[in-house]
Amino acid sequence: MTLDQLANNITMQVKSVRSFPELPEIPHQLEEIGFIAGESVTILRRNPVGGDPLMVRIGLSTFALRKKEASLIELEDIQQ
Amino acid sequence: MTDQSTIHFYPKEPLIALVGNPNCGKTSLFNLLTGGKQKVANYAGVTVERKEGKLTLGNQVLRILDLPGVYSLYPRSLDERITCNVLLGRATGEKKPDLVLCILDATNLRRNLRLVLAVKRMGLPCIVVLNMMDVAQKRGIPINLAQLEAELQLPVITTVGVQTHGDDALRQKLASMDFSKPGLEQLSMIHQDAPNLQTQADNEVVRGILSRMGLDQLMADPLSDQIDRVLLNSVMGPLILFVLLFLIFQAVFSWAEVPKDLIQQATDWISQEALERLPDHWLRSLLVYGVIAGVGGVLVFLPQILILFFFILVLEESGYLPRAAYLLDRLMGSVGLSGRSFIPLLSSFACAIPGIMATRTISNARDRLVTILIAPLMTCSARLPVYALLIGAFIPSRQLGFGVELQGLVLFILYLAGILGAMGVAWVLKKYANSKSSFHPLMMELPSYHLPGLKNVAIGLWQRMLIFLGRVGGTILFLTIALWFLASYPKAPIGSIGPAIEYSFAGMLGKLLAVIFKPIGFNWEISIALVPGMAAREVIVSSLATVYALAGQASDSAQALAPIIQKSWSLATALSLLAWFVFAPQCLSTIATVKRETGGYKIPIVMLAYLFGLAYCASYVTYHVALYFGLS
Repeated sequence: MTLDQLANNITMQVKSVRSFPELPEIPHQLEEIGFIAGESVTILRRNPVGGDPLMVRIGLSTFALRKKEASLIELEDIQQ
Repeated sequence: MTDQSTIHFYPKEPLIALVGNPNCGKTSLFNLLTGGKQKVANYAGVTVERKEGKLTLGNQVLRILDLPGVYSLYPRSLDERITCNVLLGRATGEKKPDLVLCILDATNLRRNLRLVLAVKRMGLPCIVVLNMMDVAQKRGIPINLAQLEAELQLPVITTVGVQTHGDDALRQKLASMDFSKPGLEQLSMIHQDAPNLQTQADNEVVRGILSRMGLDQLMADPLSDQIDRVLLNSVMGPLILFVLLFLIFQAVFSWAEVPKDLIQQATDWISQEALERLPDHWLRSLLVYGVIAGVGGVLVFLPQILILFFFILVLEESGYLPRAAYLLDRLMGSVGLSGRSFIPLLSSFACAIPGIMATRTISNARDRLVTILIAPLMTCSARLPVYALLIGAFIPSRQLGFGVELQGLVLFILYLAGILGAMGVAWVLKKYANSKSSFHPLMMELPSYHLPGLKNVAIGLWQRMLIFLGRVGGTILFLTIALWFLASYPKAPIGSIGPAIEYSFAGMLGKLLAVIFKPIGFNWEISIALVPGMAAREVIVSSLATVYALAGQASDSAQALAPIIQKSWSLATALSLLAWFVFAPQCLSTIATVKRETGGYKIPIVMLAYLFGLAYCASYVTYHVALYFGLS
């Protein structure tokens, strides 16, 4: 499952960030802002028109992402 | 072989660099440490803002350098490259810092601590500064400083960047420090040359530290989330944004009344005094009709420019600006841009130059180029004097009910015309200029809300004012004097009847240009004023003042301009000139910025051509529609 498919207000954790050959720096940037394996992630809200962009809580930070970049983020259930 | 022959001489004071994530309150802390005495410039060869200030502690003077905010030290973006190069001592004209202050947002150690690990690996002497401690305490985040020092093996200081004396602990620490070589070496731990990408490994270390310190549970800012429920609500959010922008533009006009009158009276008084006390000489003419009329005519708009900047700074400080970008992302997406373009475009309302420079945060090259191309269509504050003059002269001040005032409404429409024009251009570019990638990343942080610090807003306004006054003193003064010369010589032949300016160089040039501009309703006076107006747009007001003052229709300076143009221009001409200024090309400094940012002449030439074309068409349509409705 990828982040763009997650329902609002459900918390999962990041499994990995997919590589994106078209723009290889995008996955790196996602990691830098905190999308690192094991970090908790929740979608706080979506734009009502078309569901884009998403407001995402990653760790303690909040970022606005578009669906396309969110689709690079693989999720898994929270494991303690 | 590389050229190693250049030797740089640096001031002997120790150099302290501030490093931190974006939104960690680094700039507030920098303001607190250095006060208003800052040097704002660019790094050699690039348009990344370089801020340096001085901190005096007893008899020790320290140079403080505010580095660009970064999430990591992996040199990918321009900001990160600058930060890395400065820290490695490789930046041109920069000394390697003697000490690094790693500024952390105490409420978000999770992300901020990774940067400390990266800085530590560079082997520079480092002190960790936990900023926003007040917020962390209020939220009940228990940070054990001694334990954090032990974990990081670095000194840890706490600060509150938005409070007077919030930096006392840091000042004490710096005052007690030994800035000699051996003294500093105690603070650097590991020696390793290159910064490397260890995000994953660093994160494990950070998680380890946080879990040992009992800080591994996630506590986001509940207040920000509550505020967002209203401000980002799907119905309320866009409505609040629209009302807010509308109120700002109303305020720009109504709040500025009193200070504007004061400046006008002062200019009036000075030119009266000069006329009475000085002998009738060409120097008096230069002083009164060139310098005082020109500079005074632009200075009266300083209050409005400052009010607009005040709102932009407050919105930026509070954390609302990126949320506005979030709200507008969908709209920007419809013309092929992302919400990231919003902040550069909003800055362009104050001045296109910082706006164009701010496009560096847009990672998609095509999006960045389109944003640069449309930035000049945002109504910059330099256009405000022209709008203010024309609206004041031709649009009656009338209450329309609900606190809406007609002049303010017209101003709002002009701003809207610029925005719609920009969207139209972006849409055409999306439609007809192919882009390599359809991927327009947003990836924009929405920081917690903060009460804007008065001191930070004041320092920001002060810097903007200095830039504006620098322009009045430099470019604008030079151009008004040049125009005064062109408008005064050669003198009218003895016995001639018409105004003297008709016989001058300016009169000849204006009459030539008037042929081109006649179809859009401009007379020769306007045509003359448009020439220096190219160099800096606000100059057109002072130019008109000079042209009319010398044409013998006005007693002295810019104050009398509104009634004069009211008499001698038709409403159609005024509307046509307003339309011209919505689209007409930027001042020369903007074109120069575009050239530097895009690295060539192609984009600035494209920009000039399309803006001139658009302006001419818009004025033509406006003029003829107005004539059709009998507004002559």
